[in-house]
Amino acid sequence: MSFHGLPWALWRRQTVAVVRLELKKTLFARRGLWIYFLAFAPVLLYAAHSFSMIRTGRRGNFGEDTHIFAAVFQFFYLRLAIFFGCVGVFMNLFRGEVVDKSLHYYFLAPIRREVLLVGKYLSGLLAAAVIFCSSTLIQLVASYWYFDSNVIRDYLSHGNGLGHAAAYVGVTLLACIGYGSIFLAAGVVFRNPLVPTLIVLVWETISGFLPPLLQKCSVIFYLKSLCPVSVPASVALDKGNPLALIAVNVDPASAVTAILGLLILSVAVLALSSRRLRRMEIEYGAE
Amino acid sequence: MNDITPDKRIVFEDVSKFYGEVLGVNRVNLSIPPGITSLVGPNGSGKTTLMNLMTGLVEPTRGHIRVLGLSPRQPEQLFRHVGYCTQYDSFPRGLTGYEFVYSYLRLFGYGPAQARGLAIQAIDRVSLGEAADRPIASYSKGMRQRIKLAQAICHNPTILVLDEPLNGLDPLIRAETIALFRALAEQGLHLIISSHVLHEVDVISDQVVLLSNGYVVAEGEIRGVRDEIQEHPMQILIRCNKPGVLASQVFLQDYVVEARVHHDGMGLLVKTRDADRFYLLLNRIAQNGIDIESVAPADDDVLSVYEYLIGTEEPTK
Repeated sequence: MSFHGLPWALWRRQTVAVVRLELKKTLFARRGLWIYFLAFAPVLLYAAHSFSMIRTGRRGNFGEDTHIFAAVFQFFYLRLAIFFGCVGVFMNLFRGEVVDKSLHYYFLAPIRREVLLVGKYLSGLLAAAVIFCSSTLIQLVASYWYFDSNVIRDYLSHGNGLGHAAAYVGVTLLACIGYGSIFLAAGVVFRNPLVPTLIVLVWETISGFLPPLLQKCSVIFYLKSLCPVSVPASVALDKGNPLALIAVNVDPASAVTAILGLLILSVAVLALSSRRLRRMEIEYGAE
Repeated sequence: MNDITPDKRIVFEDVSKFYGEVLGVNRVNLSIPPGITSLVGPNGSGKTTLMNLMTGLVEPTRGHIRVLGLSPRQPEQLFRHVGYCTQYDSFPRGLTGYEFVYSYLRLFGYGPAQARGLAIQAIDRVSLGEAADRPIASYSKGMRQRIKLAQAICHNPTILVLDEPLNGLDPLIRAETIALFRALAEQGLHLIISSHVLHEVDVISDQVVLLSNGYVVAEGEIRGVRDEIQEHPMQILIRCNKPGVLASQVFLQDYVVEARVHHDGMGLLVKTRDADRFYLLLNRIAQNGIDIESVAPADDDVLSVYEYLIGTEEPTK
């Protein structure tokens, strides 16, 4: 069958049907409340800080706050909030249904497993993007909220404000794309989510210490390369300390390479998991 | 039935399935024609494994399966023709009965209007129209069973696979559901039904597949299966006006093993090793003054056959 002879219209309709069904479960599930808390915890932090600054009448340092935002974004938001949030969203797309004993309904429909995987992935991505990208934007607003409006206007119109905001949202989205693909695959392959989560967490943490070629096999390598503001040495600890490697890319990739690299990595992981899904059996009794 | 081509049958060729070291089914060879076929056996005999194999939910360790000429590995084609009501009493979270069936139909690629029409039609067929907009979580066991059935039949499949479909249904709904099965079978559908309630199977089946410990012990039309069991004499109940006289006459034949007057005194229960010769004998006796009202096999039901073949492992009677 040629590429043009494939039933793209049917696949598109089926993908949309899967997304509709999954999105409701992913966005509004009670068991996913902790993901919202994780995503919006920095908002609370920044809002509390801004509120206290306004209340006490103290003036902030815009540059310092920008660096603090960069540090929180890299150390907490990317590595913990989005990482574990994607575990919660994407790992449950298949594994959660196995636990609920409801995956067979999908397997009993005339839908290619690859289409099912794409539909589930897109629904997870849409949910994660809505939650985490909106949080990123609100974090930026909450972080700079207490500054004088002229400072903000100047930052947005003459500085890099809009560019930074777009870059942070973009990195957030790419993090969801990258971690999403990995944890969706983990949900297809592993029965116990703890094992792959720990493996990926350790891999992402130590990737800064690895040879350059292996670094390119981690999501965080590309994300760090794309962050608009570097974490200053005072925050990332001095260069003599090996922990500085966690936050600093010694040899960062260019923006195009980083984006393409991450997308290729995600597509490769999804392609491999679709092969596994094609052979997946329903054996709830073994869970 | 033998003239039905393989692309209208469900065919198992030397199929085995092992779950690790645990046997699911072993060396199964079956060719199932249209009509109602019941898979009969106790828990763990391999009924659900056979159903999961023919629907691709599990893959055979060895052997080949074709369903209407299609491989179960091609779900995108197979499930245009097959509906499967599984034994799992679980559903996607947060859906009403209608949403459950409707969403499933959207996965087929149906547009909203067509999916809506088919969903309503299927829900009405299982008499669940009034509860369609309630969350499935609030349904009784019987209602959940029926909404699963609606989901399995909503796309008008050619093959309907039903794992213990009558579980949890009250007698009225049970009778309605059996009538629905019959109507579907009369339309030329394959109905594959697993059950451990033998009298139900007896009532609805055109053919049976008897399973024990992962092996197919017997298959075919129930009377044909009974005829092949040589070691157990056939039991025949003769309703007549002079059972004592009849007993004295049939006892003279060496192929009659036992003759017992029925407890109501109006019949004779005979065990014979050669049913054909016995029927010829009856024809002669009938001309000699004994008024024979009816003659009927007394042990060609699924329960008897099951007990003869599998013995103590009998399912629920």
